[in-house]
Amino acid sequence: MKKLLSIFAVVAFAFSAHAGTLDDVKNRGFLKCGVTTGLAGFAAPDDSGEWAGLDADMCRAVAVAVFGDRSKVEFITTTGKSRFPTLASGEVDMLARNTTWTISRDVNLGFEFVGVNFYDGQGFMVPSALGVSSATELDGATVCIQTGTTTELNLADFFRLNGISYEALPIETNDEGKENLFAGRCDVYTTDASGLSSTRAAAPNPNKWLVLPEIISKEPLGPLVRHGDHQWGDVVRWSLNAMIIAEELGVTSENVDAQKSSNVPEVLRLLGVEGNYGEMLELSNDWAYQIIKQIGNYSESYEANVGPDTPLEIARGLNALWTQGGILYAPPFR
Amino acid sequence: MRSNLGFFSDEKFRSIFFQTLVVGLFALGLFFIISTTSYNLEKRNIATGWSFLQNPAGFDISFSPFLEFKSTDTHLKVYFVGVLNTLLVSITGCIAATILGFILGIVRLSSNWLLSRLVYIYVEFSRNVPLLLQIILWYSILIQLPRVKQSLQVLDVFYISNRGLYSPRPIFESGFSYVLIAIVLALISSFLINRWAKKRQDKTGQQFPVLSSSIGLIFIVPLILFFILGSPLSFEHPELKGFNFKGGLVIRPEFIAMFLALSIYTAAFISEIVRAGIMSVSKGQREASAAIGLKQTWIMRLIIIPQALRVIVPPLTSQYLNLTKNSSLGIAVGYADLVHGFGGISLNQTGQAIECMAIVMATYLSISLTISFFMNIYNRSIQFKEK
Repeated sequence: MKKLLSIFAVVAFAFSAHAGTLDDVKNRGFLKCGVTTGLAGFAAPDDSGEWAGLDADMCRAVAVAVFGDRSKVEFITTTGKSRFPTLASGEVDMLARNTTWTISRDVNLGFEFVGVNFYDGQGFMVPSALGVSSATELDGATVCIQTGTTTELNLADFFRLNGISYEALPIETNDEGKENLFAGRCDVYTTDASGLSSTRAAAPNPNKWLVLPEIISKEPLGPLVRHGDHQWGDVVRWSLNAMIIAEELGVTSENVDAQKSSNVPEVLRLLGVEGNYGEMLELSNDWAYQIIKQIGNYSESYEANVGPDTPLEIARGLNALWTQGGILYAPPFR
Repeated sequence: MRSNLGFFSDEKFRSIFFQTLVVGLFALGLFFIISTTSYNLEKRNIATGWSFLQNPAGFDISFSPFLEFKSTDTHLKVYFVGVLNTLLVSITGCIAATILGFILGIVRLSSNWLLSRLVYIYVEFSRNVPLLLQIILWYSILIQLPRVKQSLQVLDVFYISNRGLYSPRPIFESGFSYVLIAIVLALISSFLINRWAKKRQDKTGQQFPVLSSSIGLIFIVPLILFFILGSPLSFEHPELKGFNFKGGLVIRPEFIAMFLALSIYTAAFISEIVRAGIMSVSKGQREASAAIGLKQTWIMRLIIIPQALRVIVPPLTSQYLNLTKNSSLGIAVGYADLVHGFGGISLNQTGQAIECMAIVMATYLSISLTISFFMNIYNRSIQFKEK
């Protein structure tokens, strides 16, 4: 009887009381990171089958912080609908999946957004042959929309506010949206402007598609974790902040070794030469150095994945540093 | 020790003991699942409760043929729209599958080699390819239809494009209600005529042309009334305005894809059930009825089918249940059924997965039990009645 009771107690413990996520990840030996089903520039497999993109870099940065190795990530694809249950159930340790930070998700769904890695806004894309130059001319149009997203709610609000009608065609993934738009089943595709650029870049003939000038919402996209595990939340938050601070301080993957002998105190703290910030996070002291060395700073990741020289051609805009006209701003590293 | 064992060797005691043990373990397991879930929900600050049903949905549903839906309506209304759409595709699907299945089942048994082989190929193909693939196949075909600006025009009033099939919408003007009343009265009286004719035939052996007189009653009488009242019916024709057709009735490709896939898939199973039913009627029955000089069509209708139905109906019920449950695959092509709207979008926008799923499951359970209930009544009515 005693034995039975103790087995029961162990099982109950395993079900109800989780150890910290950081310990779970360390014990497992790799990070499970939830990403999109494929959105070029943010998270999509590249020519060699490796996941690449701004969000993929976010996942890798956290893996580097924990293990010092950018390959210790398992990418798990999630749809707009499956992402939250996947995170809540512990199937993934974090999401870096073009997810908009809203109050209801932060409070009601039991998650914690740790920062913003891309400031976005919802836009519309139409075939240029449609002859539309503004979203307010879209009365009666059929609109392809990913279900379970904030864009779905913004869309309803926008058309209601402007007193025009539309027909929604609900779709699950970006690929389905592309297929329906290219076949003419819908006139307009709406999602975050970055997603539109990505879709346009993947079209057989990008010049045939036009992204309308209206941006109808604020979409701060960022990584999120389960609410309540603050230690793990801090690890993800500061992995992102480290990349932004590195850009601010001019530390890049190329000059990071030389910067170790810099005379700027914050650079030395960031690279783990001074202070014991790694220890506070229960990471190695050179965690931020490794992120910059292996992934690069925010600017490097941005330029390589979504910047003006990539097929997505998204200018820095809001995503420039606060010192350069944008709103990207990280708390001080001290 | 010995007395203990004695207790246990008592068969009655033993069976009660084990039954109690099983029920107890089951209850314990259930309690464990529920308490763990509520503990974790609370720990992770995930909202619970039913108040979200009264909150505005905030999104639009484009396919809602029975209820007007706006984004300011509540999640509860999303639920009702979903239930109606699920019922729509299930009921139309069941009717089409039954008709198609019966025809195919009978054709499969025909002596025409080509016909029966064709049905054989159809059955083997459609019941061995996963339903989900068939739904996606139909949908992919339908969205390759011409774009809305190049719609195919049929008979000047129907338009076909990858946005759906547009047809004129009937508008009932005042006075049309009399026509409807006439149709209802005609239906009731033809039902009564049918009963009377049966009784008379049982008594005297004389037959009465029930079919032709019913058709006359149901179609011709209301039609005459319709013209006397000055044709109180007009049509609203769909017109291409801006991006889409305005006005008229529209059947969406999502619905057509679901309807075709569900009915074609299920008809394959039903045709096999019908074939088994007909083959279960012994050969002697057919020979005996031929010997007393009945026509071929009468043999089928009066002798074979009534006996075959006793074998057909129970498995047919489970096909209806399957079709209804399979309609939840509509999510694959964006058909706005219960799972897609309430169990998908509402769930995701509110985050209350357990509540939404519980409601969706309870709804499917109720629909299934209702179908079973009526099919069981029908089944009892066709069983052989022992005197």
